[in-house]
Amino acid sequence: MSEDRVDITQLPTDELLELMHDDLYDGYADEVVAQVNELLSRGLGPLEIMNKGLVAAMDIVGIDFRDGILFVPEVLMAAKAMKAGMAVLRPLLVETGAPKVGTMVIGTVKGDIHDIGKNLVAMMMEGAGFEIVDLGINTSADEFIAAIREHNADILGMSALLTTTMPYMKVVIQALKDEGLRDDVIVLVGGAPLNEAFAEDIEADAYCKDAAVAVETAKKLMALRQKQ
Amino acid sequence: MNPLQALLDEYPYVLADGAMGTMLMNAGLEHGESPERWNVEHPDRVRAVHEAYINAGSQIVLTNTFGGSPFRLKLHKLDDRVAELNRAGAEIARNAADAAGRRVVVAGSMGPSGELIEPLGTLSVEEARDGFAQQAAALEAGGVDVLWIETMSDLQEVRAAVEGARQASSLPIVVTMTFDTRGFTMMGVSPAAAVDALQEMGLVAFGGNCGNGPAEIEGVIKAMHERNPEAVLVAKSNAGIPEMIGGEISYSGTPAVMAEHAVRIVELGARIIGACCGSTPEHIRAMREALEAAPAHR
Repeated sequence: MSEDRVDITQLPTDELLELMHDDLYDGYADEVVAQVNELLSRGLGPLEIMNKGLVAAMDIVGIDFRDGILFVPEVLMAAKAMKAGMAVLRPLLVETGAPKVGTMVIGTVKGDIHDIGKNLVAMMMEGAGFEIVDLGINTSADEFIAAIREHNADILGMSALLTTTMPYMKVVIQALKDEGLRDDVIVLVGGAPLNEAFAEDIEADAYCKDAAVAVETAKKLMALRQKQ
Repeated sequence: MNPLQALLDEYPYVLADGAMGTMLMNAGLEHGESPERWNVEHPDRVRAVHEAYINAGSQIVLTNTFGGSPFRLKLHKLDDRVAELNRAGAEIARNAADAAGRRVVVAGSMGPSGELIEPLGTLSVEEARDGFAQQAAALEAGGVDVLWIETMSDLQEVRAAVEGARQASSLPIVVTMTFDTRGFTMMGVSPAAAVDALQEMGLVAFGGNCGNGPAEIEGVIKAMHERNPEAVLVAKSNAGIPEMIGGEISYSGTPAVMAEHAVRIVELGARIIGACCGSTPEHIRAMREALEAAPAHR
């Protein structure tokens, strides 16, 4: 693969960023890491590289996943490449005091053991730069709340695949209100039997029909929050 | 000769069963509990489900072991009881089938691990194979006629499951996949690509199960039949998707809907038909009656 590879040190920065988008899309983690290091050596800040390089690339991945062009394997490979790039940037971001993208606590609600969808959301959110605290399946309101407090979460994600466990989401949201935490977290819900009407009824912030939509929605709502 | 092959040789189409999980919940299974546990704690209730399907006309019953792989049982801290729970599940179905008064095939249900295989995930091919082998051995010990690997999305995992099953058992194998993502499986496998892979594995039958309802499975079977008209195809569609409408749960796939679907799916080329999530013995009964009333094909 590296035989006909261009010498990245010779590429102008905007072309290098485009190459990074392509390589991240194709899941080439080593190339992405090399490109991140090259950009750092040129004096670009870690936040700029993350946003213009990694996050911008994952946005395209998310759109194509949503549109049925890419499937789970491709998305996961791209997320791995992003993660590899982020591994280089993260310590530098902490140093410069750059704002984190956000922290999400996620879990399948109490009484429910389905987790593949939730796992995909977690992986894609990580790919988008979020810190994920995955509580697994059969998660109680107390467990959600403890994790939100411990990790200072910005987002709570709840998943359910059974019509009989969906109502538990309302229980969790009520518990958040009782604890005075409701306004501190963005609540996203998902799962095959859910829909917008349900999300409104339980006073969640949004219903997300798949992992790509979850990432888009999380970023949008985080940005809105930051403006306030 | 294997009982499933005997049924296929005797009948133009074979009727399987419907959902187990929701039936057990109606019988009191707690949310979040492992259904497989009931194979030991409430075998009578599990048997009652098999009997209800047999009475409705099912010629194949699937064991209550869908989540019985070590990977899934681990989530409930039951992974040290793989052999016990799978064997018990198989025995319950075996006993119900043997008391039926006609030939009923017992299929050992083996669902997906819920994990992704390396390098996408953390499960190695060897671990996957060994885990499925463990389950298959216990199902055979309990008396199943055929191993039924279902609801798969990933061909790598299918291979691991089939290889694992063959490590432990020489029983015939059926594989069905779930094409719930724009006509592909979640991992991007099309029905045609599934046929290309599955037809090389020496399976007794293959096809689709679960997903987004009968219309989706009809598309899958049509595409699979076109790809290989000789293949023995399985169709076990969900009875629609449950929706909350005004606080009430409503499944779009009523028995009447599934009955019409049954006639269509046989016309499209399926030879083994049943139903999946959301279905009940009523659905199977309606499907059987519609098929018996339909003009004979083939």
